[in-house]
Amino acid sequence: MSDIAIQVENLGKLYRLGEIGTGTLSHDLNRAWARLRGKEDPFAKIGETNDRTTKGDSDFVWSLKDINFEVRQGEVLGIIGRNGAGKSTLLKVLSKVTAPTTGRVKVRGRIASLLEVGTGFHPELTGRENIFLNGAILGMTKAEIRSKFDEIVDFSGVERYIDTPVKRYSSGMYVRLAFAVSAFLEPEILIVDEVLAVGDAEFQKKCLGRMKDASSNEGRTVLFVSHHLPSVKNLCEKGLLMSNGTVKAFGGITQVLEQYQSIDSSQQDGGRENIPQNTPVCFTGWSLTSGNSENVHATYSKESVIFKLNVRCSQDSDRVEFGFILRDAENNIIVGINSRDNNEDFLSIKEGEHSYLFEMNLPLKPAQYEVDIAIAVNGAIVDHWVSDTKLRVLSRYETVLDDRWSGVVNLDFKFLEKC
Amino acid sequence: MQTVEAPPVANAPASTSRLAEEEWTEVIQPRTRLLDLGLADVWRYRDLVLLFVRRDFVSTYKQTVLGPIWFFIQPLLTTIMFMVVFNGIAKIPIGDAPPLVFYLAGVTIWNYFAQALTSTSTVFTTNAAIFGKVYFPRLTMPLSIVLSNLVRFGIQLSLFLLVWAYYMLTTDKLHPNGYLLLTPVLVVLMGLLALGLGMIFSALTTKYRDLAMLLAFGIQLLMYATPVIYPLATISARTGWLRWALLANPLNSIVETFRYGFLGSGTFSWAYLGYSTAATLIILLIGTIVFNKVEKSFTDTV
Repeated sequence: MSDIAIQVENLGKLYRLGEIGTGTLSHDLNRAWARLRGKEDPFAKIGETNDRTTKGDSDFVWSLKDINFEVRQGEVLGIIGRNGAGKSTLLKVLSKVTAPTTGRVKVRGRIASLLEVGTGFHPELTGRENIFLNGAILGMTKAEIRSKFDEIVDFSGVERYIDTPVKRYSSGMYVRLAFAVSAFLEPEILIVDEVLAVGDAEFQKKCLGRMKDASSNEGRTVLFVSHHLPSVKNLCEKGLLMSNGTVKAFGGITQVLEQYQSIDSSQQDGGRENIPQNTPVCFTGWSLTSGNSENVHATYSKESVIFKLNVRCSQDSDRVEFGFILRDAENNIIVGINSRDNNEDFLSIKEGEHSYLFEMNLPLKPAQYEVDIAIAVNGAIVDHWVSDTKLRVLSRYETVLDDRWSGVVNLDFKFLEKC
Repeated sequence: MQTVEAPPVANAPASTSRLAEEEWTEVIQPRTRLLDLGLADVWRYRDLVLLFVRRDFVSTYKQTVLGPIWFFIQPLLTTIMFMVVFNGIAKIPIGDAPPLVFYLAGVTIWNYFAQALTSTSTVFTTNAAIFGKVYFPRLTMPLSIVLSNLVRFGIQLSLFLLVWAYYMLTTDKLHPNGYLLLTPVLVVLMGLLALGLGMIFSALTTKYRDLAMLLAFGIQLLMYATPVIYPLATISARTGWLRWALLANPLNSIVETFRYGFLGSGTFSWAYLGYSTAATLIILLIGTIVFNKVEKSFTDTV
């Protein structure tokens, strides 16, 4: 119990949408009157979940609702989710920028949050003056800053301009200086929001390294929000997936990333809804065995999987063959195989329910693929089925490249020689 | 591989959670107690207050030719304007004190109050960007504003002292007395009053911005209701409800005592100063409470 750094209990945050200002006085009076009588807030009742895609009826929205999780000391928690999922609101509440509407957060240790780099930098002041000001805003005392001043300047690499007003800095220098100040904060808990989106690659690497250091060598707890999943994967042991203001998944980062990738897909089970009655052989569903999981419809790229095609046979048939096609979102055929490939013979099938199992490796880029299968008897197609359930190929975030650079196939490569 | 953990159970038994309560450094929750002002926190951030003061000071006069001399020019121009309008044209009686010293005394201490109040009252709206991104005790901001204005006041006071010393040496119309020693107290009172009122207004302007407009006008009006350009005796001499309404203004005795100490003209009353002190403390307390209440959620409304 004692090694828990942050415990979040039933956290909720209600926001009012639209114009704030008109009509609030009457709402305020209404609220005050309700509170006076010990009644519930009359406007909080009509709140609904946070989903930016559908237009709600009420002006109130739960930006966070029923958030529960805890973070142990020294853990790095990656918080992921789509835009508007409530990540930033959560960080704001945790860093005390805004108060929650319900629930509470218990914290052990000093929190420093970096929701933005260079908060409070004044353009007219010099780099030196800004280091002190920014450090103090982030909670350091003058003496602490003075003792780390040289390290900060060194880390930022802008020594030459340290007595120049920061308005003369290039944006890169500005960011470097700003991050350098926060990198030398010594809070027990560090909250970081997407600050790595700025600066060049070398500097980003430096920042990530610094955060990793903070947790593994100095035992600090780090909460890290980012859309850059490879760095989340690299940095965090645990993950918190948010969606529409609620926690979708919490646990090991691998599982959470897996959940994140499947957040959009409707939960379909690979079964077939309208099974044709008048054919001798037809498909009834498909599923995968991937790693230790059976009966799934997603797999990691490059993993060896066992496909299972369920068929129903109403009359014994010989000379059966089936074709299997995977299509990508642009309708390109990515995989096409036939049961007679590799010198296999025609199949025979008896009346009843059967499964075809075949193993294959899918070195495909992470995406969703359409499963299109057909079965033929005596060369004539008797059933053709495009499943509503898509095959999802998941990423392990091993590449440093963005999605737009990933190719159609995902091949293994290894260095034979590094000069 | 770990399995995905279920969220921990929220409602732990009451007994265990109470035990653990004391181990937490901090508990973030929707509302705090009314009188939980977090002053210890402000003390911990005292360096920040001083750095803010320094920032205000340095940044205001960077890239100006005259620099801090502007601190002198502004009250001098106002004083000359007052001399021309109220003494020269309107001929409002001010006793036998030299008009320059009389108006300059009033303008110096009034400016301190007015500036501090104006900038404190918009503290949430002007600092929304900073406040929305990082937490530090919000009280440090209005405190640093009042302190910056105190520094500015110090400089303007030296101008007043120069003028005052000149008149002391060349005329016998000034009669300084022991109440001069109350000046530091008056300055502190004035600062606290500005801080208290400023915090009340800053809290209200987060929601109702109209108040910011109203305040600019209100401060001007308040100056005419306060004995800045006329002696307190002018109010006391009146009769009827207006007299009491005007006398209720806690600024009266502060401004009047300030001038009385240096000039020897006007009136002084311990009781009246006591009233002002009490009023200041009450306003300050209300201001701090309101400010603390608003700081928790203002980012959602600004």
